[in-house]
Amino acid sequence: MAGDIFPSNGSNSPQRATGRTLFDKIWTAHLVATLDAATDMVLIDRVLLHERTGAVALKSLAAAGRTVLAPRQAFVTMDHVVDTRPGRTDATIMPTGTVFITETRAAAHAAGLTLFDLGDPDQGIGHVISPELGIVLPGATLVCPDSHTCSQGALGALAWGIGSTAAEHALATSTLRVQRPRTMRITIDGILAQGVTAKDLALHLLARLGSNGGAGHVVEYAGAAVAALDIEARLTLCNMATEFGAFTAIIAPDEKIFEYLRSRRYAPAGPDWDAALAAWRDLQSDDDAVFDQEHRIDAAEVGPMVTWGTNPQQAVAIDGAVPEYDAVARRDRREAYDRALAYMDLAPGTPMIGLPIGAAFIGSCTNARITDLRKAAAILKGRKIAPGIRAICVPGSSRVRTQAEQEGLDRIFLDAGFEWRESGCSMCFYSGGESFGRNQRVISSTNRNFESRQGPGTRSHLASPETVAASALAGSIADPRGVAQ
Amino acid sequence: MKPFRTLTAVAAPLLRDNVDTDAIIPSREMRSVSKTGLADGLFANWRYRGETGAPDPDFVLNDPRYAGAEILLSGENFGCGSSREHAAWALAEYGFRAVLAPSFNPIFRGNCVSNGIVPVVLDRAAIARLALSQEDVPADHPITVDLQACTVATSAGDSWPFAVDSEAREMLLTGSDAIEQTMKRSALIQSTRDADRKNRPWIYL
Repeated sequence: MAGDIFPSNGSNSPQRATGRTLFDKIWTAHLVATLDAATDMVLIDRVLLHERTGAVALKSLAAAGRTVLAPRQAFVTMDHVVDTRPGRTDATIMPTGTVFITETRAAAHAAGLTLFDLGDPDQGIGHVISPELGIVLPGATLVCPDSHTCSQGALGALAWGIGSTAAEHALATSTLRVQRPRTMRITIDGILAQGVTAKDLALHLLARLGSNGGAGHVVEYAGAAVAALDIEARLTLCNMATEFGAFTAIIAPDEKIFEYLRSRRYAPAGPDWDAALAAWRDLQSDDDAVFDQEHRIDAAEVGPMVTWGTNPQQAVAIDGAVPEYDAVARRDRREAYDRALAYMDLAPGTPMIGLPIGAAFIGSCTNARITDLRKAAAILKGRKIAPGIRAICVPGSSRVRTQAEQEGLDRIFLDAGFEWRESGCSMCFYSGGESFGRNQRVISSTNRNFESRQGPGTRSHLASPETVAASALAGSIADPRGVAQ
Repeated sequence: MKPFRTLTAVAAPLLRDNVDTDAIIPSREMRSVSKTGLADGLFANWRYRGETGAPDPDFVLNDPRYAGAEILLSGENFGCGSSREHAAWALAEYGFRAVLAPSFNPIFRGNCVSNGIVPVVLDRAAIARLALSQEDVPADHPITVDLQACTVATSAGDSWPFAVDSEAREMLLTGSDAIEQTMKRSALIQSTRDADRKNRPWIYL
């Protein structure tokens, strides 16, 4: 079947495993010791923390009388519970949010870590500012107590999400004990059609592979369609690898990445830059590298996607309909399918286009970079959102916000009827502050449509920023193709 | 951390796939910069009725037969979603010491091991049989998780082996602190970093 995924088990391949994968190269370069048949101790080059899960790690570390081994290699941002309304302070809409901010600030200062605080022009969502500042680098290991750390594999780093205890371990020892992941390559041939985005590709892969399809694997994205993506689109693609259980995702770095990183604040400079560049150019899987699993898909098969259920794998083509059970039976159990439909208040066969929405959200580490905002603005320019729709745009970082304002994008969003916010994670998830409300249907550029993720009883449909913008105009889920001006 | 050797306890069946960490502990229940104060928020969206906040009698943890459960039975991809370790802290504080599921999210599995919760991978059929084996009075038919033998057994003596990597097993059996273990190798870590610094000086800011 054209465009289908053809799983193959690399270890059964007649080819001998002589070459090394990109993952193997990075892992070997960081190996400290092998602890058992399944577990290695590896060097951690960068630790990134945020106020939601990082403060508790720093606090616990200090309580145990331990210190950060390499404080200059650890960075802290405020993104998860900070207010995103203009003119914000340490006060949060979430009832006890302020304490996360103040304790993080105090702990970061006490430990001597670099903090991107509220009001800092470099503040923003961790996975957005890390590439902007050159904190993440090709071939580096980077960890953060946040599942979307996999985004940063887009720059050719091995970057993965961990728990707070593991973050303490990385801070105290500059190492982690890690169960060695298996390897998977997903090759995307051809080229994405006009109007089809990395978000659509990510949702397409989730629908194909399922929410456990990448379990425990480092997923290397490869192929012509991936090489053609700009850096921000690569970040979007890698961002959602955690939604199919992957250890992380990675893309071999190329000249686009090197150019992007040149002269970023924490990127190498001078003779170090030349040495780094020489090393980075070797960061690709050898031609004869063997992966534990390989999948291959044709980019031409991918169109705009939207989720219908309560798990990101429950996605369909936007011009499709809520699937009948038979279409998803290989993946969803009947109980899960029925439960998702009941929660979402949907019936099988209902077309996705035209489904009325109450709110639209553009934001998150998945889709709130400058190119995302430009593409959404191209759809919104000179138009108004449908009456009664609540629409919000939250730039991924303060730098993105400033850049967008210099380009006049804020005016386009505001004139269309969107709220224009300060940077943060905002309503990607509900932390007890703002929500869209019970039974509200939201079209969202974020990454998770779990039950109550964006507020108790809120019904989330995940899609690209373009689809969110087009839907906000229509007042119902809409196909963005042909709407941009 | 309390060592785990063997546990005989009631097992609460939550036989759903893709139980995510937002469901295990909603973000709004993470009220302070702390690893505690989370047990009441465990499964809050399912455990309490949305409108009134009253316990939902249809949810397994509100079923008096499963009061005092220390084992949780669940479906594929347990602990998917957010990396929040609060999910493991909430389960542990509530009293769970083992979760049995066909598969786990990798970050969540690591968080379990860090907190003395044994993540046991068993196929769906075995988990269904374990749930049924408790009949109507689970307290009289508890399940046994033996980490030394790496087996799970019903009170009637049916048992299943399970696999767990030796590093995680050792941590759980001894209740040891991974950071402390790693710090014993600090000389090796330092020499590895020193050698690496020569190859990749740009990493060492």
